[in-house]
Amino acid sequence: MSDIFLTVLLTLDATVRVSTPLILAAMAGLFAERSGVVDIGLEGKMLASAFAAASVAAVVGSPWAGLGVAVIVSCALAMLHGFATITHRGDQIVSGMAINILVGGLTIILGLAWFHQGGLTPALNNDSRFLSITLPYAEQLAYIPVLGPIYKELISGHNILVYLAFAVVPMVWWVVFRTRFGLRLRAVGENPTAVDTAGLSVIKLRYKALLVGGVLCGVAGAYIATAHNAQFTRDMTAGQGYIALAALIFGKWRPLTVMLACLLFGFLDALAVRLQGVIIPGIGEIPVQFIEATPYLLTVILLAGFIGRAIPPKASGMAYVKER
Amino acid sequence: MNRDTRITWINRLLLPLLNILTAFAVTAVVFWLIDVNPIEAAEVLLYGAFGYEEGIGYTIYYTTNFIFTGLAVAVAFHAGLFNIGGEGQAYVGGLGAGLAILFLDPTLGAWVFIPASIIGALVFGGLWALIPAYLQAYRGSHIVITTIMFNFLAASLMVYVMVHVLRETGQMTPQSELFPTNSWMPFVHDVAAGLGYSIEASPLNLSVLLALVCAVLVWFFLWQTRWGYAIRATGKNGTAAVYGGIKPKRIIIVVMCISGALAGLVSINELVGYQHRLIMDFHLGYGFGGIAVALMGRNHPLGIIVAALLFGTLYQGGAELAFEMSGISRDIVVVMQGLVILFCGALEYMYRPWLIRHLAPVDQQQETAGVTA
Repeated sequence: MSDIFLTVLLTLDATVRVSTPLILAAMAGLFAERSGVVDIGLEGKMLASAFAAASVAAVVGSPWAGLGVAVIVSCALAMLHGFATITHRGDQIVSGMAINILVGGLTIILGLAWFHQGGLTPALNNDSRFLSITLPYAEQLAYIPVLGPIYKELISGHNILVYLAFAVVPMVWWVVFRTRFGLRLRAVGENPTAVDTAGLSVIKLRYKALLVGGVLCGVAGAYIATAHNAQFTRDMTAGQGYIALAALIFGKWRPLTVMLACLLFGFLDALAVRLQGVIIPGIGEIPVQFIEATPYLLTVILLAGFIGRAIPPKASGMAYVKER
Repeated sequence: MNRDTRITWINRLLLPLLNILTAFAVTAVVFWLIDVNPIEAAEVLLYGAFGYEEGIGYTIYYTTNFIFTGLAVAVAFHAGLFNIGGEGQAYVGGLGAGLAILFLDPTLGAWVFIPASIIGALVFGGLWALIPAYLQAYRGSHIVITTIMFNFLAASLMVYVMVHVLRETGQMTPQSELFPTNSWMPFVHDVAAGLGYSIEASPLNLSVLLALVCAVLVWFFLWQTRWGYAIRATGKNGTAAVYGGIKPKRIIIVVMCISGALAGLVSINELVGYQHRLIMDFHLGYGFGGIAVALMGRNHPLGIIVAALLFGTLYQGGAELAFEMSGISRDIVVVMQGLVILFCGALEYMYRPWLIRHLAPVDQQQETAGVTA
C-alpha cells in the first residue's frame, strides 16, 4: 500500500516539475491569443531565454541575473513578433515559425562561439541555480499518515519558480477577468474594431499583451535551464512550447482549465518516464511512444470537435487594419 | 513609367531583393558577433559547395530535398493554407517508401521497386496530410495547429515502428534492414560511369530528376489546369471562389494531399537514393526549410528551384565551414533559414510603404482628380 502511495506521490511530484514551464508558457500564449495574436513562437522564446539564463548564470554565478537577462531576451523576441505582425501586419504563424527556427540555430552558434563546448553552456554549480526549497516543518510532519508525505514530497521541496508558476495562474485569471486591462485585452481579441471605436489603441494593447507573454516565457526558459536542469543543451525545450500551445487550446483559453491541461500533459510525460519497460498485468507493456503522443492526439480530437468544442478568440490570427 | 508599373516593379523585384539582402546582412552581423570574418566564411562555404566534384554532388543532393519540401509548402500556400507539417509528412512518407520496398520480393527488378517506393512515399505522405485536411475542411479545426500536432505524432509513430516493428534483428540501433540492391535509386556517378564519364562518388542520385519533374508538374498543374485555377482562386479570395462555383472543402483536401505527397518524396532522395534503409530522423529540418524555400522562391517552381539551390549550397557549404573553422557549426544555415522566413515572410512588406513613398509617390494631379471625382 505505502509503496504504491509513494510511487503515486513521486509521479505527481514529477508532474509538477514538468508542468511548470508548460504553465508559464501557456499563460504567455493565453495573453497573446486573448489579444488576437497567435503566438507559435513560445517555443523559440523559451529556448532563447533558457540559453540566456544558462549563459549569464554560468558567467555571473547568480541565477537571478540569469533570470533577468532571460526575461529581457524573451521580451525582445516578443517585440520582434509584435513588430512583424502588429506593426507590419505580417503573417503571425510565419513570424512565430521564423523566431523558432532562428533561435534554434542562433543558440547553438552563439554557445559554440562563447563557450567552446559543442553548443552547450558550462554546467552550473548549485550557487548559480534555483535550488529546491524545503518548506517549514516538512521533516517533522512527514510522520503524519497520508498528509505528511503529501506535504513533504509533493508540496515542499520545489524551487521558487515552481511556486511562482502556480501563483501566476490565479493572477492571470484576476488580470484577465477582473481588471480593466483584462476586459480590454479580451475585447481586442474578439472585436478590435469596437475597441478602436471606443478610442483605445489596438496596437498598444496587443504589444502589451505580447510583453506580458515575453516575461512569462522568459521565466519558463530560465526554469528549464537553471532550475530543472543545470546547463543549456541543444534544443532543450524539445517541443514544450508546442505542448503549451496544445494545452492552451485544450484549456479553451481560460487560465484555470489551461493549468489543468498543462498538469494533465505533464502527468502523461511523467507517466511515460515511469512506465518505461513496466509490464502491466493483463495489458502488457504500454509503448512509451503512445503515452508521449497522447497530448497531441487529445488536442487533435478536441479541435475536431469530438470532445467539446474549442473556439478561439474571434480576431486571433488576423492583423488589425484601421479604417480610414 | 506610370505609377502602377512602378508599384508592380517594387512588389515583384525590388521588395524581394531588399528582403533577401536584409537577411544576408543580418547573417553577416551574426558572423561578426561570433568573430568570424563573413567574407572568409563565404569563401570557405562556396568552396565547400562548388569547389570540387564531391562537394557539388552533395550540394545538389541537399537541393533535391529542399525542392520537394519547398514545392510542398508552395502548393498549399497557393490555396491559402499553411502546411507546417512537411516535417511529419516527409518522415511518414519514408515509412511508405520503406514498407513498399521491404514487403516486395527482393528478387524483383528496379523497374518495380523504384515506382513502388515512389508511390509508397506519395501515398503515405499524402495520407499524413489528408487527416489534418479533412479536419480543417469538415470539422473546422485549424490546419496549422493540427499539422504541428501531426509532426509530433509522426515522430512518436516512427519511433514506435522503428523500435518495435522494423528494427533489424540483432541490431541495437533502431533502423530497418538494408534495402535490396536492385531497389536503390541509381547514383549519378554510377550512371555517368555507365555512359563513359567519370565523376567523384557522392550521394547525388537520380531523385534530382524526379524533383525537377515535380517542379514542372506543379507549374503545369497550378497554372495550366482547371484545378490549379480553382486552387489559386481559393487562395486569392475564398469568398469569390465560392461564388464562382468552387468547392473550398474539396480544394483543401486535394491541395493538402498533393502537398503531403510532395513532402513525402524527400524519403526517395534520402532513403532510396542514399541511406538504403529506413533510419531515424532522416527528415530533420527539411520540412521547416521548405517554408523558407517557398517564401524566398515566391511560391513559383522556378523560384523554388533557385531558392532550394541556395539552401543546398548553404547546407553543404555549412558542413565545410564547420570542418574548416573552429567555433562555428552548420547551424548557421538554420539561422539563415530563420532570417529568410522572418524577412521574406513575416516582414515581407516592411520596406513597402517607404519604397512607395520615395519611388512611386502619389501624383499631385491624380490625387486632386481623385478627390474631385
